[in-house]
Amino acid sequence: MLTQDFTNATATSATEPSLLFPFVLQLADTSLILAHRLSEWCGHGPILEQDLAMANIALDLLGEARSYYQYAAELEGKGRTEDDLAYLRSAVEYRNPLLVEQPNGDFAHTVVRQFLFDNYHYHLLKALKDGPDTHLAGIAEKSFKEAAYHLKWSSEWIIRLGDGTAESWQRLDKAIAALWRFAGELTTPAPAETALQEIGVVPDYATLLPAMQAYAAQVLAEATVPEPTAVFAQQGGKIGRHSEHLGYLLSELQYMQRTYPGMTW
Amino acid sequence: METSEQVLSPEEQFQARIDADIRIEPKDWMPDAYRKTLIRQISQHAHSELVGMLPEGNWITRAPSLKRKSILLAKVQDEAGHGLYLYSAAETLGTTRDQMLADLHSGKAKYSSIFNYPTLSWADMGCVGWLVDGAAILNQVPLCRTSYGPYARAMVRVCKEESFHQRQGFEIMQTLCEGAPEQKAMAQEALNRWWWPTLMMFGPKDADSPNTEQSMKWRIKRFTNDELRQKFVDMMVPQAEFLGLTVPDEKVKWNEERQAYDFGEVNWDEFWAVVKGNGLCNHERLQARVSAHDEGAWVREAALAHAAKRAAKEAVAA
Repeated sequence: MLTQDFTNATATSATEPSLLFPFVLQLADTSLILAHRLSEWCGHGPILEQDLAMANIALDLLGEARSYYQYAAELEGKGRTEDDLAYLRSAVEYRNPLLVEQPNGDFAHTVVRQFLFDNYHYHLLKALKDGPDTHLAGIAEKSFKEAAYHLKWSSEWIIRLGDGTAESWQRLDKAIAALWRFAGELTTPAPAETALQEIGVVPDYATLLPAMQAYAAQVLAEATVPEPTAVFAQQGGKIGRHSEHLGYLLSELQYMQRTYPGMTW
Repeated sequence: METSEQVLSPEEQFQARIDADIRIEPKDWMPDAYRKTLIRQISQHAHSELVGMLPEGNWITRAPSLKRKSILLAKVQDEAGHGLYLYSAAETLGTTRDQMLADLHSGKAKYSSIFNYPTLSWADMGCVGWLVDGAAILNQVPLCRTSYGPYARAMVRVCKEESFHQRQGFEIMQTLCEGAPEQKAMAQEALNRWWWPTLMMFGPKDADSPNTEQSMKWRIKRFTNDELRQKFVDMMVPQAEFLGLTVPDEKVKWNEERQAYDFGEVNWDEFWAVVKGNGLCNHERLQARVSAHDEGAWVREAALAHAAKRAAKEAVAA
């Protein structure tokens, strides 16, 4: 069911770099912003082992973001570097979905945000790693192994919190109510994605959804929390219309490069 | 041999093993005071790793490049790992992590005072790696040969990672010093703030260090505070010169006769003030740890409750 059909795919060399660039940038922004959020936990986690686990996931995502930015810089061909792309673009130029910029909240919010992302990320990479663009497939191949571990981590925590104490159940339920509305954007293609789906470089997200939904339903059932129904899906991050949170995040992330332009660190 | 062992008291046998450089292991007999000293020292060391995550964690979200961000995050994560193995080493002496954390949170247990200083610029990430980790390595390398086995083995692993941390700190400083004038000024300003507090990391002067003599006898410690402080100055002054930076001590001067650097007197009033809780960040560092622990209580309870439910289900199934 999960096997992605890439029969429409054109050869790698034929993929127009200008078509691929915004999508690769979107993937880079997404991983960087989530890594940033997770790194905010560093030193403040609920238990040392989980401090380590969150830093670990943040490091994986940061590494993945760097690979995408480097590739994006190459596709763009204007001499920009990974740091130029990460540090010198404004919030309206960022292309991450709204979900990943949402604040950490309590541990339940962080876990729900992570679970929604991981479930999408895992299934997306699973398809991309067999895709026709070999560079992108290479990054996806490496990141897929990491994403499998991330999904295991967040699923286990959803289950522990749901099937833990009355308080943890309530906190989880509240976090689900707050964040589920950001899940829909992940699999709603933005124009940059539609263009690549048409030529078979990016999977049709409709083909990923059944497995994603089945998996989420199974985890939530095990966690004994009801799955939200008829949730309005917030959209906008992938076309640069963000929540208010991103501006603050970027002002921190970009502080040094903006204050001391053009220096080497 | 048998006869002599019969004559020797357990204390004497213990000291004979120490003198022969035979490691003490968790199940071996040991004097209560040795056990207590080690619990104090190892837990203090573990707490220092934990609290030490905060001043550097302070710059992860503002690191100036993706590469630096990645290295810094990995470094702070290493510190969490060091905390874990040190807590485990201390647990072999009969205490628990919960007890040690309770002592940290109540203020009974100490952690390294250096982390009560604020990190104010990116160059502080350089100074923490270069100077603070440099001082920590001098303190810690001899601990790889300390008499208590689990501590010595934990330290072998810690020291390997610390030397990598120190190199990356020096490299941050070097990049700043080779960069724009603002960057070099940032490096010098940070050195001015961190120099004296790092000299304090070796502890009070030997004459004022009541635990040193016994710890040396038990080979928990192998060098005195003043010996290590001198080694540090001798190592760091040429490195600062290499970077083109000036150590903020007018008395630093090579002494041909001693084959070592002379240097000024540490401000011991400041040292004791920070130890007693009056450093700029004492309150917020401890509060950050207490808050993380208190706010995480429901998460730990949920994990325990879930594990119990799962075990009960498995028992029914079996």
